[in-house]
Amino acid sequence: MSNHEHQDSKHQPVQRKEMSRRQFLSYTLGGTTAFMVGGTVLPMVRFAVDPLLAKGGESALVKVIEESKVTAEPQEVKFKVRQVDGWYKSETEKVAWISRDASGAVFALSPVCKHLGCTVFWNTHGKNEYDCPCHDARYSKDGKNITVANLPLDEYVVDIQDGFVYLGGIIANTRG
Amino acid sequence: MFKSIYNWIDERLDITPLWRDVADHEVPEHVNPAHHFSAFVYCFGGLTFFITVIQILSGMFLTMYYVPDIIHAYASVDYLQHQIPFGKIVRGMHHFGASLVIVMMFLHTLRVFFTGSYKAPREMNWVVGMLIFFIMLGLGFTGYLLPWDNKAYFATKVGVEIAASVPYIGGYIADFLYGGDIVGAQTLTRFFAIHVFFLPGALIAMLAAHFIMIRKQGISGPL
Repeated sequence: MSNHEHQDSKHQPVQRKEMSRRQFLSYTLGGTTAFMVGGTVLPMVRFAVDPLLAKGGESALVKVIEESKVTAEPQEVKFKVRQVDGWYKSETEKVAWISRDASGAVFALSPVCKHLGCTVFWNTHGKNEYDCPCHDARYSKDGKNITVANLPLDEYVVDIQDGFVYLGGIIANTRG
Repeated sequence: MFKSIYNWIDERLDITPLWRDVADHEVPEHVNPAHHFSAFVYCFGGLTFFITVIQILSGMFLTMYYVPDIIHAYASVDYLQHQIPFGKIVRGMHHFGASLVIVMMFLHTLRVFFTGSYKAPREMNWVVGMLIFFIMLGLGFTGYLLPWDNKAYFATKVGVEIAASVPYIGGYIADFLYGGDIVGAQTLTRFFAIHVFFLPGALIAMLAAHFIMIRKQGISGPL
């Protein structure tokens, strides 16, 4: 076999690495097809996945209560936040349980139970705990999960300006 | 008169082989309930398709009144159901048919499983059948949100939260389905688009593959 090839190369003209007409046409056709498919599909894909790429807007801080009114005993505060849902802008009410810890720092807990999302309340059973009415989940004053739930209550970002407490977005509990 | 119209077209386009190929073939004795009544189990696939056709038709008609918008969705469903004559029936067909399709598909799957019809050379048809099953589940999930009542809202919230618990990519799946941070206006339009265009398109393609394969390979033999 190799012998045979060797003989052939003597007599044939030098082979240039030239693209055949057929190959050129199939590359051209393939390239054009890829361009047209890409040009059609890419805009639609970008259109569809926009929510994945959109940056979650930083939650604006909302003034909720005078700092001097916050006590060691958690109290419920309700406040309104602007909510943008596509082409609808609205106000939605949020609830926080706000109190001071042993060192006097103000913190605010979200009352959404980390078990299945019911709303917890402070001290309904008189044990100085947050109690969930749905499945009896309980949390300490710091929001630490005592029973049923797997995670501590979420916290709000707290900021204090000019004697007022401002609340921002929800973050995982930092008091554990 | 119809015969002459048919003949006129057939002369030009030779349509007889087309429908003969689809419709004119013998049903084997072991799948014919007229021969063995127990062969009714072979009807579930056809019943699934029959109900699917009803779902497609009733769904098309529902979109004549339905509006996929958080302000108007519930009102439009309420209107089409209670103000339009036969609205209860048309929406009822779609509502109950959705459950029935799952039931029929499940029975069909059981029949295929217990007659061993998924075995070689029909493995690919089993796989396509499973894809159809998941498309149907997707249709059920996305359709459930559209009336935009409390049940719809919370079912979607829970469902998307389950999807969000997938390791690594869960958050992206949730963002893609929500179309934002909450179950809201963009979730509803997305689910509408998926329910009415994307999944039915995929479903019809998969059904075509399912039926082409069964015609090519024939129904599996008797037990």
